[in-house]
Amino acid sequence: MYNCVIINKKDSVATMTYPVKVGEYINGNVDKKALCLKALSDIPIYHKVALVDIKKGEIIYKYGCKIGYALSDIKAGEHVHTFNLDSRMI
Amino acid sequence: MNFMGYRRDDGKIGIRNHVLILPCSLCASETARFISSQVAGTVYIPNQGGCALSAADLEMTYRVLSGMAANPNVYGTVVVANTCENVKPDELIKRIEEKTNKPVKSVVIRDVGGTIKAAEIGVKYAIEMSREASALKKEEADISELILATECGGSDPTSGLAANPTLGEVSDKIVSLGGTSILSETSELVGTEDILAPRCVNEEVSKKLLDIIKNNEEYFEKLGESLRDGNPSAGNKEGGLTTLEEKSLGCIHKAGYSPITEVYDYGEMIDKKGLVVMDTPGQDIASVAAMVAGGAQVVIFTTGRGTPTGNGIVPVIKITGNSETASLMADNIDFDASGIISGEKTIEENGKELFELLMNVVNGQKSKAEALGFNDMSMARKCNFC
Repeated sequence: MYNCVIINKKDSVATMTYPVKVGEYINGNVDKKALCLKALSDIPIYHKVALVDIKKGEIIYKYGCKIGYALSDIKAGEHVHTFNLDSRMI
Repeated sequence: MNFMGYRRDDGKIGIRNHVLILPCSLCASETARFISSQVAGTVYIPNQGGCALSAADLEMTYRVLSGMAANPNVYGTVVVANTCENVKPDELIKRIEEKTNKPVKSVVIRDVGGTIKAAEIGVKYAIEMSREASALKKEEADISELILATECGGSDPTSGLAANPTLGEVSDKIVSLGGTSILSETSELVGTEDILAPRCVNEEVSKKLLDIIKNNEEYFEKLGESLRDGNPSAGNKEGGLTTLEEKSLGCIHKAGYSPITEVYDYGEMIDKKGLVVMDTPGQDIASVAAMVAGGAQVVIFTTGRGTPTGNGIVPVIKITGNSETASLMADNIDFDASGIISGEKTIEENGKELFELLMNVVNGQKSKAEALGFNDMSMARKCNFC
């Protein structure tokens, strides 16, 4: 069962439609391709998860658009929020 | 497609039939409330401004107050002034009469000898207007005469996934039927410039749109402040929204995919059809107030975290894509759009159902905030009180 929504194939984050705990699986679907990864953090419902490894300073995409920059290296499966994503590069 | 409404002398069509008790300033607000509480069929605006204003803010206040009196849902207006405020009743009436020929009367508290005397006079005016208004029969009007205000508040990530796309379907439908839909909240257009500018019908509109977005952020910077301190809000972040750009990209879905035909200043009277943008702040109530002043007869308001808000002049229909909010705040939420996220509904199905609800409310059904009698009011300002 899918527990996240990936809006655009360009996106580097997905939105959780169920909460997950560390070690649980995150299943999504984009562009008719299934995607499965392991949660590296507890992630609350509707919060974001990284779909790919993102380097510090890289642009993060949602809706196929830029929503900000990574403040640190982020691994696929990690929670993405105010502690590692900001509108501006700091 | 048609709906039933009240035809005004200025040719516009209202979906409600209120007599407005309009205080010039905060000092006249309580007397206005007192008058309104005595007469069925009236609403008053809790005006928290109207005095100690900069020139720009005074102009904006006149624009909003006169726009509210001219709103098609208003039959006529009783202006209530204290005596010494910046907003002068004669000037306000002049501004109202520039926009509409509907009935307007005024009373000045000091001139007539205090609140009780002002109430006596105001109540008489209000009763007369309320009885005249109640004699009006509804008539058929084409949906192209409808102006829909779209608004989002207390957003969370479900807003961009479900509630806003559902409203976007309705907005596009209104536009396709020849009506008008307003996208507002300039702060929440930040980051969507590349999507919205090419959707403008010409270079001039596109430049206006890019200018209001740029000026908005620069305005805060000039004051040594940041727009982003309060937006996204604490609740937005708790819900899972991180940056203003992310919030904005979800927000603009409520305006569907129609071309943008015009960009209006805060509270300016809307005179173009299609999808238009109004330059309003991200504070929901101040944004709704400006669209009501612009002539919107109805608001659809999307929310993630939930909000009880309502407006005294126009019905506010609230929808959420967050199933928990829909059940926790069932008293306040009119439409649950979360079926898109659970996979039970498509955006198109939701849009169709929301459009039906909209037409029911347009034709007279009360929205939940309306049934609760809610009457929120806030006005944007450029400066602090002088």
